[in-house]
Amino acid sequence: MPRSRPDPVQVVKQRRDAALSALVHGVPYIQFLGIEFDRRGDELTAILPYDDKLIGNPMIPAIHGGVTAGFLETTAVIGLAWASLWDDIEAGRFDMEELTRGHLPRLPKTIDFTLDYLRSGLPRDAYARARVTRSGRRYASVQVEAWQDQRDQPFAQAAGHFLMPARDE
Amino acid sequence: MQGDKSKFAEQFINLIPHCQALGMKLTGIGDGMAEMELPYSEQIVGDPETGVVHGGAVSALMDTCCGAAAMSHPSSPSGTATIDLRIDYMRAATPGQAIRTRAECYHITRSVAFVRATALDDDTEQPVATATGAFTVERK
Repeated sequence: MPRSRPDPVQVVKQRRDAALSALVHGVPYIQFLGIEFDRRGDELTAILPYDDKLIGNPMIPAIHGGVTAGFLETTAVIGLAWASLWDDIEAGRFDMEELTRGHLPRLPKTIDFTLDYLRSGLPRDAYARARVTRSGRRYASVQVEAWQDQRDQPFAQAAGHFLMPARDE
Repeated sequence: MQGDKSKFAEQFINLIPHCQALGMKLTGIGDGMAEMELPYSEQIVGDPETGVVHGGAVSALMDTCCGAAAMSHPSSPSGTATIDLRIDYMRAATPGQAIRTRAECYHITRSVAFVRATALDDDTEQPVATATGAFTVERK
């Protein structure tokens, strides 16, 4: 059987970016914090641009621990949803029309989330990446790390457990 | 004396920009206990189809309330910072309802304050989330 030609690069990129954009921009809380995602192939980096409303301690000043928590949890949920949808996106099975009508795929639900605060979050942009360490039909485990100016000096790390949305067969 | 510290903690929390942005309010504080409230708003929704609040906003409420409880303990001289925080999500908060949390600093050493908290909506029988955390005890 002849191998089918791969899709043109623009088509592939457009499909990936549209799926990612729908996941990220459809959630009001992610918009409120101002989180964006940078994509290189299937690797995602979450970006939290600095804003005055993210400050927790105005005297230092430092980013609020709750903002750090929300940022890491968002990175974990989007990273997990992205990894679980990847095969469908690549195969063109992902329903783009549903997306443009504002129907998001069901997102994983957080069961628990444990954060370590390693340094205070400085008043500047922050970045985070998630690693799915276990992804089953029902449960998943994800680790997340966030940093600011220096990649090898994270200011927070987290581990969480998630309940995967039921897949309709 | 205790009253002064509670007043200080209250003023401090009401000045936190992120708490102001979320409309979070301190409703009670003293002797290692704190109570806070997060009103429902569209901007903190995590699931646009159901209107359920995002876990991150609940985390922000829990973190602030646990920190306030640690600061208000009689053996805590001043400020605090979160060392770690674990949040367990029991159920989705009901859309449209405020989330209230109560935190208790149940043990404190010279270096560490141990705190736990519960978050509830109008159904006070079943918690929305619980949290446990360790906080620093700043030296004077």
